[in-house]
Amino acid sequence: MRDLNEKDLRGKSLMRFASPQVFYPVAGRFAPWFAAVAAVLAVAGLYVGFFVAPTDFQQGEVYRVIFIHVPAAWMSMFVYLVMAFWSAVGLVLNTRLSFMMARALAPTGAMFCFVALWTGALWGKPTWGTYWVWDARLTSQLLLLFLYLGYIALTEAIEDSRRADRAGAILALVGAVNVPIIYFSVQWWNTLHQGASVSLTKAPSMATTMLAGMLLMALAAWAYTFATAFWRVRSLILERERHTDWVGAELERLGSR
Amino acid sequence: MQWESWSAFWDMGGSALYVWGSYAVTAACVAVELLLLFRRRSETARRLLRLRRAAPPGRPAAGGNEEKT
Repeated sequence: MRDLNEKDLRGKSLMRFASPQVFYPVAGRFAPWFAAVAAVLAVAGLYVGFFVAPTDFQQGEVYRVIFIHVPAAWMSMFVYLVMAFWSAVGLVLNTRLSFMMARALAPTGAMFCFVALWTGALWGKPTWGTYWVWDARLTSQLLLLFLYLGYIALTEAIEDSRRADRAGAILALVGAVNVPIIYFSVQWWNTLHQGASVSLTKAPSMATTMLAGMLLMALAAWAYTFATAFWRVRSLILERERHTDWVGAELERLGSR
Repeated sequence: MQWESWSAFWDMGGSALYVWGSYAVTAACVAVELLLLFRRRSETARRLLRLRRAAPPGRPAAGGNEEKT
């Protein structure tokens, strides 16, 4: 728990970013920029989605839910895989910051997962005639939400942070099996949910602007995830490293503002 | 421009409930997440500073000294 000395801090290796003390200011510096990029991309994506992309010849205007539904669903799966990745790194290399990163990502992933389910339900009603159906895609996506919530509940419930990290990491890794199941469910089973990007290939003339809006929103979601995870990991670092001198100095600085 | 008027825009071809219901809940989710995030940060900083001033960490006891909160 000792503070890093000058020599440690000047190390050239990338591994020095595994030190919470080194990463804390880095995360603080980058987070606002990611948030700004997310905001700009979201405004651009919404503009393209609502004012440039044409009406869908089959679904009419309701298809415009796609500009949040698909990016949110992508991010909910991607964030879970990143969580599983950091959990694996933490288990193998025993790096504390890896576990903290996994824990910092979970709430944002859960939020995107809920948004994907919610917007899917609202899109399903006018197009399928039902908010919900127990098909493979929807059921596995619901399971993903429970995995996120289970991960958060488990890691919060165990008081010893080292044990909480390891228990959570194992849940994250086991649960990762579900992600390819979600992704390929529309191919493996006969689902009500359409296959990937079917609506885009149906009308090739519309594809470009619709796709552009969707990709802008996906990049916005990606930048937003960086911002929130970086901000959240800073709180986790303060909490975990509270007995060190550098956190003491940082707390005094924050307290005097 | 895809819309003849603002009212046509807000009506979303009769799908206003589904489209705006999706966007409104997403915006609310993002707002709540950011609110909780910043509240947690200031609360953590305040709580840890209080703990630290009450009991300055000299030598951490063997086996860690996790506060039960």
